[in-house]
Amino acid sequence: MVAAASLVFAALPFVLKNNYLLSILIVIGIYTLVVEGLGVLMGYAGQVSFGQAAFFGIGGYTVAILTTRFHCETVPALLAAMVLPALTAAVIGKPTLKLREHYLALATLAFGLLVHVFFNEGRELTGGPSGLTGIPYLNAGGFIFNRDYEFYYLVWSLVLLVFLGVRNLDRSRIGRSLRAIRDSEVAAEANGINCSSLKLQAFVFSALLAGLGGGIYAYYVTFISPAPFGFNMSIQFVLMAVIGGLGTVWGPVLGTGLVVVLGEVLRWFIPLILPRAGGEYQIIFFGIILVLAMIFKPEGLGAGWRRKVRANETETAEAVSLNASVNTCSSGR
Amino acid sequence: MHLDDQILQFFFSGLTLGSIYALIALALVTTYNITGILNMAQGEFVALGALTACSLSAAGLPLAAAFILSILITTAAGGILERAAINPVRNASNITLIIITIGISITLRGLALLIWGTDPYSLPSFTRGGPLQVLGAAVNSQSIWIFGLLAVTVSGLFAFMERTYWGKAVRACVINRMAARLMGINPHILSFAAFAASGALGAAAGIFITPITLATYDMGFTLGLKGFVAAIIGGINNVGGAIIGGLLLGVLEIFGAGLISSGLKDAVALIVLIAVLLIRPEGIIGAVSGRKV
Repeated sequence: MVAAASLVFAALPFVLKNNYLLSILIVIGIYTLVVEGLGVLMGYAGQVSFGQAAFFGIGGYTVAILTTRFHCETVPALLAAMVLPALTAAVIGKPTLKLREHYLALATLAFGLLVHVFFNEGRELTGGPSGLTGIPYLNAGGFIFNRDYEFYYLVWSLVLLVFLGVRNLDRSRIGRSLRAIRDSEVAAEANGINCSSLKLQAFVFSALLAGLGGGIYAYYVTFISPAPFGFNMSIQFVLMAVIGGLGTVWGPVLGTGLVVVLGEVLRWFIPLILPRAGGEYQIIFFGIILVLAMIFKPEGLGAGWRRKVRANETETAEAVSLNASVNTCSSGR
Repeated sequence: MHLDDQILQFFFSGLTLGSIYALIALALVTTYNITGILNMAQGEFVALGALTACSLSAAGLPLAAAFILSILITTAAGGILERAAINPVRNASNITLIIITIGISITLRGLALLIWGTDPYSLPSFTRGGPLQVLGAAVNSQSIWIFGLLAVTVSGLFAFMERTYWGKAVRACVINRMAARLMGINPHILSFAAFAASGALGAAAGIFITPITLATYDMGFTLGLKGFVAAIIGGINNVGGAIIGGLLLGVLEIFGAGLISSGLKDAVALIVLIAVLLIRPEGIIGAVSGRKV
């Protein structure tokens, strides 16, 4: 399945030969990196972050500042773009994740807005509302990525790596423990799982991937401004994670693709029905879709498909394996 | 102007703004304690009420009629949204419910943009006449109305909670939702009532602040967020705390903007929210009033 999908993605640039479609695929790839991380946080740890665009932005600005001001190489710049959001997430997550579930949502919401204010106001560092220009091309050991199809392969290779990593996580002890936390924190804790520590790890992981996505984004567009890192983007990330199916490995890829394509379609379509409307109206549709999705299909579009694949495994077998895994987890410590 | 006078002036401006935050926080805390839902769309009720009142008043209705009609419309909107989007999924996880209220919030904001556009709207002050002089500081007449609204709401709420059967049911729900249900209190009706009342309270707050700050389609987002900060400062389970938290936040904001930098005004609330969540997430008032969360 993964191999087939990889082949399709590897062949796509030869079929498309269209820069507009290719650029959309690159954007989907970049967002998928972010959403895979958010998917782990929401689908496995059962927490929600409304500040993912801030981590995405911190990653982007880290690359922009390091490369334009300090002429930093690609690899250290991208590493910094991952480490900085991860550290920030650790600071926010540590006290808030010990508490009941609403607090991380509020803390990340406030954090996201605060970071956006900082991007706009911290002129000396971030260039204010007009942002930073002149980010060099991504340079990996002398190979310069300055064409769209090169970038396409880079982004989707990273997506494949992250995807395989998350799939392994899904099947590992950590993945099962996280799912146990999501289903019942009390039961998980009783089986010896350190809930707040695992939730924190999931949150830090999601910030790290968001930072990586942001760093890649900065290299791709070679110009950065506060606009794409606001609250609306955070909501879109949540929407992508929710639509595709929480707690599934394919969900983030599917959800991101759907939301980005829908966004593009709405951008063409809305002016046809509402001539005086601008692009910001698409958020109404996202809002309605979000509500409808949560009411009628809270498990996401990817979930039904996953259930079909798993039809052979009986419910009990899964329950037993979950129990067993939780027990090994507890005896392991 | 003398610095002492200026500080007093800031203090009254802060209390005016803080009263509005307190009203929004009051709606949030009541809803949260009855239903367990953090209503992220609360701010949108404020904007909806204010903008509807502006339109009705501009259409020629007398001020009082426009207010009452707009409060009724927003109350209905709150109730309808609860029935349409919250009630069908009342047993879903908290994360689902938060995402739903966020979805409602961005949809309402988008609709407000569609209907009212990006222009600010205004309402006349409720009463004519210059500002009152209190200890050398000028207090806007509209501020007096806002203090009055807060006082009336709080005492009304207090009377309702202490004196009526339904108030008792609400208090039972706040203490233990499951036990209240076992005693035959219907949580669905209370949830519906909580959202409808949130609509009414939000609309009243929005209408009263509009003569001072003007009404725009996106005013709800910031005000709703400030309401959350106020509720968290006070401790999310604490009605009294919400009011003190709101007043405190308003005063802090005005002093932050007046004494340090005006660009900082909105950042103050966010910094306070993060600081409280990091240091004392159960709320700073929680300990003072002696009620453990």
